[in-house]
Amino acid sequence: MFNDIFPNVQMDQMWVATYETFYMTIISVVGTFILGILLGLLLYLTNRGNLWQNSIINSITASVVNIFRAIPFIILILLLFPFTDFLVGTIRGPNAALPALIIGAAPFYARLVEIALKEVDKGVIEAAQAMGAKAHTIIFKVLLPESMPALISGITVTAIALISYTAMAGVIGAGGLGDLAYMQGFQRRNFDVVFLCTVFIVVIVFIFQFLGDWSSRKVDHR
Amino acid sequence: MKDQTVQAVDDVSIDIPKGEIFGVIGYSGAGKSTFIRLINRLEDPSEGEIILDDQDIAALKKEPLRKQRQKIGMIFQHFNLLWSRTVFENIAFPLEIAGVAKNEREEKVQELIELVGLKGRENSYPSQLSGGQKQRVGIARSLANDPTVLLCDEATSALDPETTDDILDLLVSINEKLNLTIILITHEMHVIQKVCHRVAVMEQGQVVEQGEVLNVFVKPQSKTTKRFVQQLSPLEHQIDRLDEFITDDQQSEVVKLHFIGNNAKRALISEVSKQLDVAINILQGSISPTQEGAYGTLYVEIKGEPKVIQEAIQYIEASGVEVEVLKHV
Repeated sequence: MFNDIFPNVQMDQMWVATYETFYMTIISVVGTFILGILLGLLLYLTNRGNLWQNSIINSITASVVNIFRAIPFIILILLLFPFTDFLVGTIRGPNAALPALIIGAAPFYARLVEIALKEVDKGVIEAAQAMGAKAHTIIFKVLLPESMPALISGITVTAIALISYTAMAGVIGAGGLGDLAYMQGFQRRNFDVVFLCTVFIVVIVFIFQFLGDWSSRKVDHR
Repeated sequence: MKDQTVQAVDDVSIDIPKGEIFGVIGYSGAGKSTFIRLINRLEDPSEGEIILDDQDIAALKKEPLRKQRQKIGMIFQHFNLLWSRTVFENIAFPLEIAGVAKNEREEKVQELIELVGLKGRENSYPSQLSGGQKQRVGIARSLANDPTVLLCDEATSALDPETTDDILDLLVSINEKLNLTIILITHEMHVIQKVCHRVAVMEQGQVVEQGEVLNVFVKPQSKTTKRFVQQLSPLEHQIDRLDEFITDDQQSEVVKLHFIGNNAKRALISEVSKQLDVAINILQGSISPTQEGAYGTLYVEIKGEPKVIQEAIQYIEASGVEVEVLKHV
């Protein structure tokens, strides 16, 4: 039955590709989460009227973020080839996709982090200052916990963008479902492979969306 | 625009003894909020001194200021609780900041929860509490590090009248139990009347009047103060209705009596009518309790021989009650 509908699909290849897509997505989501929060905090804290108000650092960070957000992802991968080669030692396979994925997504997420932090009630920050809190206490015990639902829904949106990035990276040899769909499907006119890869990717997106919505709700006590 | 400096508080000098509840009242924009935020340096003063326990807060550098702030409690109009933390965790927060050990922290938080009457709500989140309960959490939180002074920034302005009274009662009981100095700012005279020992009236960044609450109430000097006092006695607005009683008749005088402190509790009117040959017609009156005793106003019409009326007035004045004879304007 299965072989009638999908004559060209080899399931062992499908599972390997699915694993690679998950691998790239999860590692890059974690990397983006950390780098994005760092950048987002820097953007927020150096902004006027905030804890580390500093217009020079703020505008430098903002420019870097804007430049990297402006570069189309497929071009960013090509641009980063030398850097990736230096860092990972290869320009092929799932690991080679990671630097481009993180550098491509982190600036986008940083803006979402900044927006989330701006939503934190100024009065609560002031209350913490009035209690004599240190800057790092305010960051880790006020700013991040109080913006957590928005940080999580932001990383969910970013994760879904990252899944689509992994498919694009696949086209230039990073592995994963995008690679499989292009090489085994499109190039060989096996459209059943393309179709099944699409279904798998959609399922992965749904899984991430569900997990994101669920955990965002879980931490929201407003 | 961004470099423009605004002088919100100008040349304000106030002494507050330990254990006192001191109130600052003013309309919005009077500078009272800036005044209270200067005390813990949420606003920086351009010049002057803020002495707390022999230490000049205004001169403190960042680190010592941080330490000092742990000893200055503050509660806010909008409570400013962390919604991501439970009641228990919110109250524990200042203790975490001060680096108190975990088991000690738990003990202290339980103690505070009992003090503010929130037993059983430890694990609720702020969103599950009413406004009054939120402010109780705020109060417990502000007391966590045994502060030397408690600052209340419009702490009851977002609450309904009944809840306001509950919170004010709590503040008074804390003041008595812990001998804690409380500085509060408000735009409601009712709050001053109910809890404060002394009051300062602010207008355009300056203190226009300060002193014992009772004195300020009974003899308001400035126009602003008079308006605030009127908030409390609705009679002041109805003075027109007395017009028909105020006549040129020599045998009748309408007088306004101010009772202060214990005088408010005496049966003065019946004393006068027994001792002198006058008839007293009570027109209207009110009595307001304050922290330092009650004060009341009473409008009466005294009828009798002009000479006897004068005697009656003298008798009343001699007993320490202030008398004001009302005439047509």
